[in-house]
Amino acid sequence: MSVDATTVRRIAHLARIAVSDAEVPHLQGELNAMLAFVEQLSEVNVEGVEPMTSVTPMEMKKRADVVNDGEIADDIVRNAPDTLNHFFLVPKVVE
Amino acid sequence: MTDLTSMTIAEARQGLASKSFTALELTEAHLAAIEAARMLNAYVLPTPDRAREMAKDADAKIAKGEGGPLAGIPLGIKDLFATRDIRTTACSKILGNFIPPYESTVTSQLWRDGAVLLGKLNNDEFAMGSSNETSCFGPVTNPWRRGGSNTALVPGGSSGGSASAVAALLCMGATATDTGGSIRQPAAFTATVGIKPTYGRCSRWGIVAFASSLDQAGPIARSTRDAAILMRSMAGHDPKDTTSVDIAVPDYEAAIGKSVKGMKIGIPKEYRLDGMPAEIEKLWSQGAEWLKAAGAELVEVSLPHTKYALPAYYIVAPAEASSNLARYDGVRYGLREPGKNIIEMYENSRAEGFGDEVRRRVMIGTYVLSAGYYDAYYLRAQKVRTLIKKDFEDCFAKGVHAILTPATPSAAFGVGEKGADPVEMYLNDIFTVTVNMAGLPGIAVPSGMDAQGLPLGLQLIGRPFDEETLFSLGAVIEQAAGHFTPPKWW
Repeated sequence: MSVDATTVRRIAHLARIAVSDAEVPHLQGELNAMLAFVEQLSEVNVEGVEPMTSVTPMEMKKRADVVNDGEIADDIVRNAPDTLNHFFLVPKVVE
Repeated sequence: MTDLTSMTIAEARQGLASKSFTALELTEAHLAAIEAARMLNAYVLPTPDRAREMAKDADAKIAKGEGGPLAGIPLGIKDLFATRDIRTTACSKILGNFIPPYESTVTSQLWRDGAVLLGKLNNDEFAMGSSNETSCFGPVTNPWRRGGSNTALVPGGSSGGSASAVAALLCMGATATDTGGSIRQPAAFTATVGIKPTYGRCSRWGIVAFASSLDQAGPIARSTRDAAILMRSMAGHDPKDTTSVDIAVPDYEAAIGKSVKGMKIGIPKEYRLDGMPAEIEKLWSQGAEWLKAAGAELVEVSLPHTKYALPAYYIVAPAEASSNLARYDGVRYGLREPGKNIIEMYENSRAEGFGDEVRRRVMIGTYVLSAGYYDAYYLRAQKVRTLIKKDFEDCFAKGVHAILTPATPSAAFGVGEKGADPVEMYLNDIFTVTVNMAGLPGIAVPSGMDAQGLPLGLQLIGRPFDEETLFSLGAVIEQAAGHFTPPKWW
């Protein structure tokens, strides 16, 4: 399988990465090189094989469902590019 | 005081205990070495004030007889580990001037045990790369050079800063992370020891995520003993990482020097690649001979799905990366580029913040997870991953204790020599990536030199949570091969 220019633009949009028209042919070439490389997986017989979901055979530990953290709003917004009163500011989403 | 930097951790520990020097003197010697080695670009942020403060604290504790197992030992930390109040960037523009309000579990355990932070080390952007050339801070130079040549070589990646700093005596040991070979390949390129422990051995909490089902932290050091000392502090269960395993952490150091007599060592025939350099082939046989001479038994084994590990990895890892890196959106931290609406703001921030390799992987990951392609790519790759793991399980079920392979298909290459074709760069991890796919531990040990005078390493792959056997076997190879130090030219 390989991707065309339209697909490259669609993937870029899905990934939320702005791509200029001039970058598309180059990206298309790179993505197709990667897809050609992984193509060899189609020769493997995977019939009846379970997909891996956990690499170590262990049960995930669950913690008690209790509040054990909090009151750290200053820490949470400390690195944000734009904030107001402990809120993250973003461009207007609804008119 | 240059001799203070050339010691091993084990030697420094003794020197500190016998009051031959202070932790502050040891740290000062390393800070001076870091200053004099700026051109290697191994550190992206030296932290001399913090280092002196921690060293003084270590001296006070040692004086009171309360020094921990790493009291006063100066370390470098890969810039993928969050360090409280100290800039952490994953060497990506998108994290900008991120100052974590928390400390990663692995580093907090090192400080608990008395270690000293010298600074943050360079790496490939988000740990995506095999040469440290994708870092937003620029490439790292390997202290090793080809005989009679001034060509700058890469230290490998993604933990290139860690490997370069340890080899160039700019720290006594370093933290690193390994998703497809990022500890073992740079260790092999710099004649250092690097171990990727079993998945779940070290907490991933506070480490910038790349591919969560493959990422593991581990140390890079100048001897197997030093790596064992660091591993003991880094490993252990952490309730904040549900994939970290709650089993006791052994005294890895006790495994150094232990007899390997009667151990069964697998030599996988699928690792004998067409066109493999004769030097690598020779090194591999030499390593097998050393283990045999120490009483181990060599057996040929088969890992039939080996050749599919790298292509499966280049679906699984980018898929997980595309998901993990969705958090960099210009809202909560890091770089923000304006746009006329919120979507444009996301797209512009991510276009400006991610480098080429990261963008490529996020896009391929997005594609293989997208509607209509998920089954053909992602699901198939996860099934192949099951088969890769089963290959190893079958092999261990036959009584094999560990598997010996080359660590890399070549020695270090020049800065800018590879990378025009991304797939060519990916092939660096051909011997290491299987280990991540199967969640196993793997160690790279310096084993010899190529004809150009560059270091080469061997890899030992172990059973789950049996890092101790790797330390025992690695120590045998180390003993036979000797130590390799780059001539100082910087």
